[in-house]
Amino acid sequence: MSNKTDSNVYTVLFAIGMVIVVGALLAFTAASLKPTITKNVELEKQQNILYAMGVNENDESSANFVSTDVAPELFNKYITKQIVIQDGKVTENDEAYLIDIKKEKAKAKGDASKRRLPLFIGEKDGQTFYIAPIRGKGLWDAVWAYIAMDENMVIQGAYFDHKGETPGLGANIKERYFMDDFIGEHLLDSEGNFKGVDISKSNADPLNKDKTDNEVDAIAGATITGDGVSAMIKSDLSLYVPYFKNLNN
Amino acid sequence: MGLLSKKDAKLITDPLADNNPITIQVLGICSALAITAQLKASIVMSLSVLFVMGVGNVVISLIRNIIPSKIRIIVQLTVVAALVIIVDQVLKAYAYSLSKELSVFIGLIITNCIIMGRFEAFALGNGPWKSFLDGIGNALGYAVILVIVGFFRELLGSGTLLGFKVLGDPIEKTGVYAIGYENNGFMLLSPMALIVVGIIIWVQRSRNKDLIED
Repeated sequence: MSNKTDSNVYTVLFAIGMVIVVGALLAFTAASLKPTITKNVELEKQQNILYAMGVNENDESSANFVSTDVAPELFNKYITKQIVIQDGKVTENDEAYLIDIKKEKAKAKGDASKRRLPLFIGEKDGQTFYIAPIRGKGLWDAVWAYIAMDENMVIQGAYFDHKGETPGLGANIKERYFMDDFIGEHLLDSEGNFKGVDISKSNADPLNKDKTDNEVDAIAGATITGDGVSAMIKSDLSLYVPYFKNLNN
Repeated sequence: MGLLSKKDAKLITDPLADNNPITIQVLGICSALAITAQLKASIVMSLSVLFVMGVGNVVISLIRNIIPSKIRIIVQLTVVAALVIIVDQVLKAYAYSLSKELSVFIGLIITNCIIMGRFEAFALGNGPWKSFLDGIGNALGYAVILVIVGFFRELLGSGTLLGFKVLGDPIEKTGVYAIGYENNGFMLLSPMALIVVGIIIWVQRSRNKDLIED
């Protein structure tokens, strides 16, 4: 190396120049790809919602979405109504699925009445599904889900996802065997009070035959992820209880 | 070879076998274990590394004389990081579900020891064309192992290749399943990747005794 490149001034100038060039390059890439990426995220939401209500391409053991080509079409076909509940008032909103639950949760910290709760109402084979998006914290990062319920808050389908749970342990919440356990589980107890669904390590019902115990079997080695999922179901789905009470009166 | 001189060709062929980054230099093992449960993920990861290695080596080689020696590692890191972010964004835009599957591992290309190793050992001291060949060669050497491991893990673990059911249907009991064959779920777990890599190393060294160290 020559002496020129060893001087401090040169080093600092080089670093500044490099940061500007690389920064500009990355900003350009990010800005030009953003519309495509946003579109992908929207399609994924539609796929998730459809998955929860049983519109998917599952085979015996794996979880498969409908393809992105047909997702918007199927979404329009099966989701008959999208509503937003805010402070007890229900309004229809065709873009409710675009509501960012993370932002709504942040808003609710100051004033719970500010939070908008989206709910998607789907019809399939004569059955009505109420699909709610929920979000919480796992062990490392965010976990979220779409829960499809009937009018009595009995779960009809669930799709779980996560940002960075441990592969092979917490990450298994998005495996079929875990998600399918929720089908048929009651969110209310026998007296009609909201109880949620606990991810239980000691429920003595590993095959999940008892659907009214408000419990499903936990994943071994994923205690904190499981607790996060339980807490998310309790805190977020309980907000929908007034809507369902109204529905049945 | 007409296009490449003998010396240049060696830059590409050497890392494919006798100086393979994974089996001989034992670099880049972590990603080889993590993402090889499916052939498709292996291929995409290989292509991503190929791009980052090829372009990165050329960039570093072009600026090798103006890089301040005090911060050269930081400069190398910045180049890799920028390239990896571009790859990540492009995958998110055009192969979204795959990018979710590879998730953190695309970001972890930055820490792939092969890349920093080649920057430091080769690109800093050689011209752009040679560096490009060296980058491509090493990335291909990495890719070969990834694809071999991905091939066996997907075939034996899920009975599929690139998602196609090549061994028949395990549920309807067609193909080899009809005679009682079962998928080996263990193949899908990371430890099996290590064992497959181990078998490759064993086969390679028993065929070429020069590689055996005393």
